[in-house]
Amino acid sequence: MTATADAPAEVGAIPSMTVTLKILRFDPDGLDGREPGSEYWEEFQVEAHATDRVLDALHKIKWDQDGSLAFRRSCAHGVCGSDAMRINARNRLACKTLLKDLNPARPITVEPLKGLPVEKDLIVDMEPFFASYREIMPFLMTSGPTPERERLQSPEDRAKFDDTTKCILCAACTTSCPVFWTDGQYFGPQAIVGAHRFIFDSRDEGEWDRLEILNDKAGVWKCRTAFNCTEACPRGIEVTKAISEVKKALTTGEV
Amino acid sequence: MMSTAPELKSPRRPVSHSTLGRAQRWSWIFQRVSGVILIVLIFTHLFVNLWSGDGINQIDFAFVAGKLANPFWQWFDFLMLTLAMIHGANGMRMIIEDYAHTPWLKATLHWALRISTVVIIVLGTLVLFTFDPCPADAPASLLPSLCEDI
Repeated sequence: MTATADAPAEVGAIPSMTVTLKILRFDPDGLDGREPGSEYWEEFQVEAHATDRVLDALHKIKWDQDGSLAFRRSCAHGVCGSDAMRINARNRLACKTLLKDLNPARPITVEPLKGLPVEKDLIVDMEPFFASYREIMPFLMTSGPTPERERLQSPEDRAKFDDTTKCILCAACTTSCPVFWTDGQYFGPQAIVGAHRFIFDSRDEGEWDRLEILNDKAGVWKCRTAFNCTEACPRGIEVTKAISEVKKALTTGEV
Repeated sequence: MMSTAPELKSPRRPVSHSTLGRAQRWSWIFQRVSGVILIVLIFTHLFVNLWSGDGINQIDFAFVAGKLANPFWQWFDFLMLTLAMIHGANGMRMIIEDYAHTPWLKATLHWALRISTVVIIVLGTLVLFTFDPCPADAPASLLPSLCEDI
């Protein structure tokens, strides 16, 4: 027996559904008679499978319905960290969020990341975010001659900063932080995670340079342990714990 | 559009541990330490006033005056007053830092906070240490028992 195209329910077929995406758009150019710089909500109906992600739905809109929709994505598999956005009022990666997990019966809201200047639709200016990251000097700092082989490290020493090596710089944590929203001066959780990765690395010698930067007015003491960052992180990094470990190093004077 | 690579600060700056004494850090430590002490002080205060003895029925002028005549409770209340005021003002200071962005508003709110904190601590301390538990020409039934000796 062969399967026919008009068979009612194919075995193993993925159920499809219609989902509504409500997207907060920002038009810097003023197309279609809009004021330049106008912000508005637009709804799109998309035919999607239960296995589709929010990114697939955004692709369908951009490719089939409205080519002017702007969003970032690169690898589309949760590794590059390009497509962090605010989906149903929570920061997530569009490529790691399944539509069926979001209650597709109701419109799914998609907004750009909060706290960074919007450039167009879902694209924000990441420069303030990267500037904070550069500030904490995210590179190996050593003294003495360069060894001919790898710099060795015990598994215990490696485990100290294992969690913070997972960061993909998607900015989901920093833009979920209420202190970052109100105070543009704050380094933000991600920069502290980036610093933590080197501060607790036994091979690195610049820990006090970084701790001095994070002891600043805009540094770790701004953290109110709201835990938004830990909840938002698509890589499951315990961000608030990492920040607290930096605070502990500063209060005890020991790394 | 031409864009240049971001300039990185040169590493290996001379290390100074002097920043360990920065005000931000001390304000954070103070907030944690005073918070723990305040939990003990406030629950002792509530227990003694509202639970032990006759509970809430015991609170009248005589009860309060009796407590404030005792140096232990004077210093206990003084500690609770100052710690609570500084702890609260420190928290308010952080909220002002976060939400008041224009310089004049920030300065105004900071000074209003400082002045009100100092005024409340001074007034409270004045009451604690100059309180007269046995005012003259008051009916003896309302006064604490220690006034009978006078």
